[in-house]
Amino acid sequence: MSSKKESVLRTLTVALLVCLVCSVVVSAAAVALKPVQITNQLQDKQRNILQIAGLYKEGVSVQEQFKQVTPRLVDLRTGEFSDATDPLTYDQQKASKVPETSQRMDPKVDIASIRRQAYYSTVYVVEDEQGEIETVILPIHGYGLWSTLYGFMALESDLKTVVGLGFYQHAETPGLGGEVDNPSWKKQWTGKVVYDESGDVDISVIKGGVDNNSPNAEHQVDALAGATLTSRGVENLVRFWLGKDGFGEFLDHLRAGEA
Amino acid sequence: MANASAKQVLFDPIFSNNPIALQILGICSALAVTTSLNVTLVMCIALTSVTALSNFFISVVRNQIPSSIRMIVQMVIIASLVIVVDQVLKAYAYGISKQLSVFVGLIITNCIVMGRAEAFAMQNPPHMSFLDGIGNGLGYSFILICVATVRELLGAGSLFGIEILPVVSAGGWYQPNGLLLLPPSAFFIIGLLIWGLRSWKTDQVEAAEFKMAPQTRAMKEAM
Repeated sequence: MSSKKESVLRTLTVALLVCLVCSVVVSAAAVALKPVQITNQLQDKQRNILQIAGLYKEGVSVQEQFKQVTPRLVDLRTGEFSDATDPLTYDQQKASKVPETSQRMDPKVDIASIRRQAYYSTVYVVEDEQGEIETVILPIHGYGLWSTLYGFMALESDLKTVVGLGFYQHAETPGLGGEVDNPSWKKQWTGKVVYDESGDVDISVIKGGVDNNSPNAEHQVDALAGATLTSRGVENLVRFWLGKDGFGEFLDHLRAGEA
Repeated sequence: MANASAKQVLFDPIFSNNPIALQILGICSALAVTTSLNVTLVMCIALTSVTALSNFFISVVRNQIPSSIRMIVQMVIIASLVIVVDQVLKAYAYGISKQLSVFVGLIITNCIVMGRAEAFAMQNPPHMSFLDGIGNGLGYSFILICVATVRELLGAGSLFGIEILPVVSAGGWYQPNGLLLLPPSAFFIIGLLIWGLRSWKTDQVEAAEFKMAPQTRAMKEAM
């Protein structure tokens, strides 16, 4: 019996059967649970947007709260609102991988190392009762040390003062670069001014702490300890997305009231 | 072990043969996921169900597994179960699964699961193996919940996220001990637990492997 059990044919059969059964179980679980997981991810993203815009209230359903936020599609080539596709279902991450819906970035201007930029991007607008813009939430992403960080930056109605910044997806080192999620670090961004008087991007992540008496303090954020490359990545991606290859033109149009 | 009763199989691993305290297995996740009780509980449930189910399935096919690919077959079964558990958590406990991040996936490498599969499930019938899995899961959970209770209460002043000791930063009187939120503190607490357990059940004390010799002249003189 034992020799029969150990035969090559039998070993292969057992291996094959175990693999077959296990792969069916795993794929069945993955497929069956997919819809619930997608809803969760969407809610998590919406909660993030609300938190970064400083609107999130504990205990109220995310869906309900998200009604005050209007997703709008922006054409990054022209810097204007667009109706090309549905901003809710548009997937910028996916679009930036397909040649038809994205363009290669010139390495000279691609300081955020995103390589390909999608033509469209979904921004989120919060308006007051008169239809005036209160907050604009811009999706931003770029390379840190190990991974691409995906997040949002919320700007006030003057379109240059930061309401909040945060990342919802990244794989930086926990405890070092991973501290981009630390609430006290993120809080620093609130109130910073990202454009200077002449309208050029002026925001930097600096080492050694921000001197609050210096005239540049409102354009500076303290870097993360032990995470130089992640901090630099965050600075680069913020500068990129606020610059003319990112949302710069769109924000100009918005300021002039003609987006 | 072969003729142990169901009750013994189920409850022995909690105090008498605890996988963490006596066998010192599965320490890694005990350090990583014990900063808050909510997360710990979910991790315990995940590990217990994986251990129990993997023991059960491996025991069902134990007579069919050729010994040359024994370990690989066990690994495949364990890994599949872990993926299923991970998917279920992502669907029904998204927030907590985000906090647990890789540690659910790392159940695959948890020595308790593999250890029980190899030591128990390969020799025992399915229902006993299932109970053994539950028992070891409970033993793991017992230690983790103790550790998490101490860490969350003294480190953050709360239990299950509900404030018990009002902390200074929120206007209370309790100055939380930040060390308890860092992984090393779990070592101290597990060490203390093992000490307590072995003082109570003295048969768990291991014989010393060597005797420490005095090393310096100063020490010799002092003695």
